[in-house]
Amino acid sequence: MTDIRSSAVTAAPPAAGGVPRRLPRRHPFRWLALAVILVLAAMFAHGLVTNPNLQWDVVRHYFTSADVLRGLRVTIELTAGTMIISIVLGTAVAALQMSGGPLLAGVAGVYVWVLRSVPLLVQLLFWFNISALYPRLSLGVPFGPEFVSGNVNAFMTPWVAALVGLGLEGSAFVAETVRAGIRSVEPGQTEAARALGLRGPAIFRWIVLPQAIPVIIPSLANILVITLKATALVSVISLSDLLYTVETIYGRTYQPIPLLLTATIWYLILTLLLTLLQRGLERRFGRSARRGAPAPLWRDALAGLGSGLARFVVPSNRRAAR
Amino acid sequence: MSEPMLVARDVSKSYGRQTVLSHFDLTVDEGEVVCLIGPSGSGKSTFLRCVNHLEPIDSGEVSVAGHLVGYRRTGARLRELSPREIAAQRSDIGMVFQGFNLFPHLRVLDNLTLAPRKVRGVDAATAETRARAALERVGLAGKAAAYPRRLSGGEQQRVGIARALMMEPRLMLFDEPTSALDPERVGEVLDVLRDLAAGGMTMLVVTHEMEFARAVSHRVAFLDGGSVVECGPPGQIFDSPAEERTRSFLRRLGH
Ligand SMILES: Nc1ncnc2c1ncn2[C@@H]1O[C@H](COP(=O)(O)OP(=O)(O)OP(=O)(O)O)[C@@H](O)[C@H]1O
Ligand SMILES: [Mg+2]
Repeated sequence: MTDIRSSAVTAAPPAAGGVPRRLPRRHPFRWLALAVILVLAAMFAHGLVTNPNLQWDVVRHYFTSADVLRGLRVTIELTAGTMIISIVLGTAVAALQMSGGPLLAGVAGVYVWVLRSVPLLVQLLFWFNISALYPRLSLGVPFGPEFVSGNVNAFMTPWVAALVGLGLEGSAFVAETVRAGIRSVEPGQTEAARALGLRGPAIFRWIVLPQAIPVIIPSLANILVITLKATALVSVISLSDLLYTVETIYGRTYQPIPLLLTATIWYLILTLLLTLLQRGLERRFGRSARRGAPAPLWRDALAGLGSGLARFVVPSNRRAAR
Repeated sequence: MSEPMLVARDVSKSYGRQTVLSHFDLTVDEGEVVCLIGPSGSGKSTFLRCVNHLEPIDSGEVSVAGHLVGYRRTGARLRELSPREIAAQRSDIGMVFQGFNLFPHLRVLDNLTLAPRKVRGVDAATAETRARAALERVGLAGKAAAYPRRLSGGEQQRVGIARALMMEPRLMLFDEPTSALDPERVGEVLDVLRDLAAGGMTMLVVTHEMEFARAVSHRVAFLDGGSVVECGPPGQIFDSPAEERTRSFLRRLGH
């Protein structure tokens, strides 16, 4: 098939006075930039490989050691838990802000303001030490009898404090993202749905949300990456995540550089996976909005990592074909 | 004829300090086609939106098929209905928009079946059968699987009409259904309106298509400054209007 096509092209020679042959635009600066980048990359790679201070053998030793993997697992679980809390809570807060009536909207607004204002580090320390403020927690009628009560100190483990701190802060950012996504849906959509006899929750579920999701997903994925990195802060409350684990190890072995490198490589891998997830979601939910065939997933991901190199290296015949 | 399909009595509505409708009166009988004409800002769209309570009115009454829209009479007072009851009333009133307002994330077929399924609980198979019949009726049988974006303006508006018809409305409201269309696409939409009128649908049509108003409507209402200045058969309104304001409006249109 390729044969037929290419021979068809050569079979139409640019006869003098005939149809002129069309050539793609030249990109001399792209080639120049590529050369410069290749040289710089080679220098950097050379340095990475040959600098003895990086101690690659130490990296290799710890990269999949039981301790590091346990820390990695805590980081992943914390990120996942935080994201679930953030999305559920954040969507609820956004819903209140947009349709909860003036009182609830005000409360939701204050919530977002406070949680976006207080630095995460402060929040983590605050929640971890909350028992100093409220030693006992009880469930009951306000100013009336208590049904259940417990010791806050026992309940507020580093894990819980980390989830509460990260989750609350994340929910404030998710709320803003969701609100922006919902506002991006034309009012005419809601109007048409109301005119058909649909009501609030159904309109949200079937009309507004599906159109808001393609707008929300990229920012949500961004929050996810930020959350992943923010989990590193939990080392201040002695939760053994990836960073705290390598810190503990190099506190013992005095090899900070290779161990920080170990953690960095894991963070790079996790972020790459999240980026792939993001592109997958965008492609899944952005279908009707897009025209033409989407580019391959891996190329999307590379582009998402900020590397225009991907588009440079992969000939843009797809785009040209449209 | 039995009781009127639509009665608007002494309706007033303002946005802040701006009065948009004042002492607005209009009656539409069952099976009647009434065209609303008037200058920009005269309150045509606002009135349509009040008929299905998309906008609440400040005073007066709107009834459709003998039922007060949006309120319940309790003694001498009117109490606003619950969202569920208002939604049920709206589902009996079809509305077609100037900008089509199709749901871009849904295929044409799903645009049509969504409301019957979610509002009326019609099962998927029945809804689909009825949707295909409705598309047939507006001449778009082949477009069920297309996304709205891929359709021309005239096709989108016909889908909009079919979507409204799916709820088997007793009254259809059209807000400038052809104003956003290329001139050569206007005819195909007006043809659908003509068919509906011939089929006995009660219709209230805001339009700038005077030829259409003259040919299809039973009565034409001229609006200015938020109330009906003059209302009567098209021949009377277009050829021998009683009011000076109507005359000057028509003169400006080159009538
Ligand atoms: N939501 C709103 N808030 C404030 N003012 C409004 C609103 N909707 C309409 N208006 C005002 O009410 C007046 C009547 O508007 P309306 O849309 O009913 O006019 P119209 O007769 O449909 O005009 P057109 O022919 O331009 O569509 C206008 O002056 C408009 O600015
Ligand atoms: Mg209007």
